[in-house]
Amino acid sequence: MRASEIFPLLLGPGEDEGEEWKSSQRFESFSRGLRHMLPSLVWRVTEAAQKKTPLYDEHVRRGAKMVPFAGWLMPVQYTSIVEEHQAVRKNVGMFDISHMGQLIVDGSDSRSWLNTMLTNNIDKLEVGQGQYTFLLNERGGIIDDLIAYRISDKKFLLVVNASRTDEDFEWLDGHRANNVRLGDRSAHFGGVAIQGPRVTELFVNLPARNHIVDLELDGMPISMARTGYTGEDGVEVFFRKSDAIKFWNLVLEKGKDLGIKPCGLGARDTLRLEMCYPLNGSDLSPERNPVEAGLGFFVDFTKPNFIGRDVLLKTKENGSREKLVPFKMNDKGPPPRPHYSVFENGERIGEVTSGTLSPSLNWGVGMAYITAPHAKIGARIDIEIRGQKFPATIEKKPLYKKS
Amino acid sequence: MNVPDDLLYTESHEWIKREGGKVRVGITDHAQSELTDVVYVELPKMDRQANAKEAIAVVESVKAASDIYAPVKGTVVEVNKALEADPGLINREPFGQGWIFVLKIDNADDLKNLKDAAAYKQQIG
Repeated sequence: MRASEIFPLLLGPGEDEGEEWKSSQRFESFSRGLRHMLPSLVWRVTEAAQKKTPLYDEHVRRGAKMVPFAGWLMPVQYTSIVEEHQAVRKNVGMFDISHMGQLIVDGSDSRSWLNTMLTNNIDKLEVGQGQYTFLLNERGGIIDDLIAYRISDKKFLLVVNASRTDEDFEWLDGHRANNVRLGDRSAHFGGVAIQGPRVTELFVNLPARNHIVDLELDGMPISMARTGYTGEDGVEVFFRKSDAIKFWNLVLEKGKDLGIKPCGLGARDTLRLEMCYPLNGSDLSPERNPVEAGLGFFVDFTKPNFIGRDVLLKTKENGSREKLVPFKMNDKGPPPRPHYSVFENGERIGEVTSGTLSPSLNWGVGMAYITAPHAKIGARIDIEIRGQKFPATIEKKPLYKKS
Repeated sequence: MNVPDDLLYTESHEWIKREGGKVRVGITDHAQSELTDVVYVELPKMDRQANAKEAIAVVESVKAASDIYAPVKGTVVEVNKALEADPGLINREPFGQGWIFVLKIDNADDLKNLKDAAAYKQQIG
């Protein structure tokens, strides 16, 4: 597949400035009102009330198993989590990420303002570059983890978790400075992640790592970022909702000889866990901060001011009570799962937040928050599974390394 | 989806094959296809007594752990050790080499509470 043309302006595909802002803000205020009035109804959703991505019909047509996830009906797998996982590790796989939120920040003060809202340093981004970063509350707790792309001098695209999109928007809007515009383009755009070592055989002119470019592909304006959540080389591509099915099928067709597979959330979870990439809602929450989560690298303490900085700095200086650590089971046995208790010498020291059988290692792996004094690489711990303790060892990140 | 006519079924997706005063138990083709990629099986202990609908084994896929229930009251007299080395047998041969345990049943009348193939087919749609 050949990306035929590169646009240097990075405005995002088909984004119609004035119209877009108005309509997205109107939509936002409506959904916000509904949520505040009916919190229980919003969460206790029936299948019919789940949102569908622009690729929903295509997933169903291709026989994917659909499950509710973060308010969306998403494919958990097409054929087998293990097969889809291996396709990404060995060849290439494609995931629907249309459920993820896409927020736009613009305006003359956008850069300086965003730098007070996010932990990483926006000033380090050149136009077309992205960075992993956190949105924190006043207590330093994690509202969301996201990628912020600088798409022009004063314009940013924030790609956020599906389950947090509304919350992020409300938080940002509530703290919005003058001369900053905030838009939610999520409803008008879709996206896919195309991941795996053979992605370089699928596309030419891939953007540099963590960079995003606007391209036109077979008449479709797209934004392509060299980012992902699998540990493999790959891209995340954003396009207009109306182009979603055409783009999806075009990539599957072009990737046929490379062994491309459509993949579900199941494989996305095992792939990210092998790399120790955190999942918000499991490994991250408003009660946890980036230092405890072992992700202090994405916090720039040299910035004079950002929400959560003071609390976070204290945690950094005094040390956190608990730390998120990756671990590997010592023996073949039942895989660890979220909420299993962690012990050391009979003392309960923590809880598993993510766990599975790693398809690459064919072995049980996971991540757990454990009390800081016990959080040492190489330390032996026990995972309690159905009343029985199974030995495990704290490992270095990542749990899986390419041989 | 394969639902053999000569077996009995539970609502919780176990199949039951009568062998004299014993029953052989596994999970259905439908269940294994829903679970996919079985990676670990925790077998019941030999000689364990169980009531109907009591969880006595666990089948784990990549994604989740699922309890397997005793379909009727009885005693565990055989377990499929082959599943320890090759849990994928449940995916490949759910009604054959993927069986999980054999129960000696207390009362053959209890089998009347189980579904026949037609009723199970209706359940899974």
